[in-house]
Amino acid sequence: MTLGERWTKGTSMRVRVDADACHGHQSCAIAAPEVFGADDYGNAVVLIEGDIPTELEAKVRRAEGNCPERAITIEG
Amino acid sequence: MTTTEPGFDPISDYDIFAASYILDPFPVMDTIRESDCPVAHTERWGGSWMPTRYADVVAVAQEHETFTSQQILVTAPPAAQAEGPYAAVAAPPISSDPPEHHWHRRLILPFFAPQAVAKFEDGTRELCNRLIDGFIDRGEADAAADYAQQIPVRVIATMLGVPTDLSDTFTGWVRGVLEAGLTDPKIRLESRNNILGFFKREIDDRRANPREDDLITTLLASEVDGERVPEEYVIGVCNLMLVAGVDTTWSSIGASLWHLAQHPEHRRQLRDDPELWPSAIEELLRAYAPVTMARIVAHDTEFQGCPMQAGDRVLMSFPAANRDPRQFERPDEVILDREHNRHVAFGAGIHRCAGSNLARLELRVALQTFLARIPEFELVDPSSVTWAGGQVRGPRQCQVRF
Ligand code: HEM
Ligand code: SF4
Repeated sequence: MTLGERWTKGTSMRVRVDADACHGHQSCAIAAPEVFGADDYGNAVVLIEGDIPTELEAKVRRAEGNCPERAITIEG
Repeated sequence: MTTTEPGFDPISDYDIFAASYILDPFPVMDTIRESDCPVAHTERWGGSWMPTRYADVVAVAQEHETFTSQQILVTAPPAAQAEGPYAAVAAPPISSDPPEHHWHRRLILPFFAPQAVAKFEDGTRELCNRLIDGFIDRGEADAAADYAQQIPVRVIATMLGVPTDLSDTFTGWVRGVLEAGLTDPKIRLESRNNILGFFKREIDDRRANPREDDLITTLLASEVDGERVPEEYVIGVCNLMLVAGVDTTWSSIGASLWHLAQHPEHRRQLRDDPELWPSAIEELLRAYAPVTMARIVAHDTEFQGCPMQAGDRVLMSFPAANRDPRQFERPDEVILDREHNRHVAFGAGIHRCAGSNLARLELRVALQTFLARIPEFELVDPSSVTWAGGQVRGPRQCQVRF
């Protein structure tokens, strides 16, 4: 995203899960099921590649604030 | 606030089996947590350390190289456990350390992924309804013994493919390990041998008559690095699933019902706004976290100024961590829509409860079904509620009227 787009669209949010820190609590998927899911072992996967839709940003913040391992990083 | 019984100093002489602590451990935890020495120590019951601040408890859980899982119950195993036919059987993965822990855990995780446990929802709801049918006309029931206690043992028996009509027997064995057995080595050993003997026979049966879609059959056939897993592993996993899946979950269901019986406003909130359920379940798990686990110190170390020696026992009080005001605003209040809740009722780090998705499902279905059929209920007599504590805390008798 260019600076100009950022200006008009507002800041975009992206989210990452650190696979080494994640131990599969699934608190993220409970807070934001649209954004976080589970692999076959119950560890977190991010379901949305790229920017998080604005209407889900609050849920993603909540997911981050509920992860006991602090495995979730929000960018932007 | 008085926090002590005579001869019981929280910081240097706590007693997790004191009647007052079992009934209400929170004043003692608060006293320790807010003292100059938030890691308490006691010589009682073989001696242990007990951190009470959230950050310290999480650090112990995450630093698995220093704080090992050689023993995980709050008191040491009976010496005689090291002999006999089952001496080599442990409770993987909870009793395992890396590197073995990795495969011990990885083989069972797929059974517990959210998508895998979803299939137990309908059966659990039917079970809950059947239990309620049994007492709803009486206008009174024991929410712990007649309801909560009856649910997880049947779910886990179904999952393991063993007869659900043995539920009362299983419950007796589990309580023998996690309740009476903690202070009575004879009961602990007997209960353990009963469990291991039972699963040994189930395993022999599966070898002779393999079943489709069956957890024990699948485990027996699994391979690691090209080799079949040893039988002790399979017996140990079955042992753990029973022991870890029953007392814990029923304590959580029971404590939540005990809370809801006293909080009509929370019952109303859940009725009016069903979207509250996911955060409400996490909040009830936080406030009434049932489980305390132990670790054994691997090498001499200093932890928060405390000189710990190799072999020392450290108690990870998840209930104490979950009430730390440094981590949770208004920690003693149940706030059903709590926004940020990094609770550690299921532990943290590599041993994080493998069954947590199943436990949450059971807790949600048990509470939703109860509230749907019995919207209004109250404790018959708050002072007659009895609790178990030590390793797993929850109500054991909790008479409610509706
Ligand atoms: C509300 C109910 C439950 C609570 C509060 C709970 C709590 C815990 C805690 C705190 C641990 C961490 C142990 C440690 O760090 O040493 C744990 C581990 C474990 N739990 Fe649960 N548990 C619950 C229900 C269940 C259920 C239903 C199962 C399914 C059978 C289960 C299976 C396990 C297993 C297999 C482990 C070991 C994981 C490992 O060591 O890698 N738990 N549980
Ligand atoms: S809450 Fe954290 S540890 Fe749990 S699954 Fe999500 S990212 Fe992983």
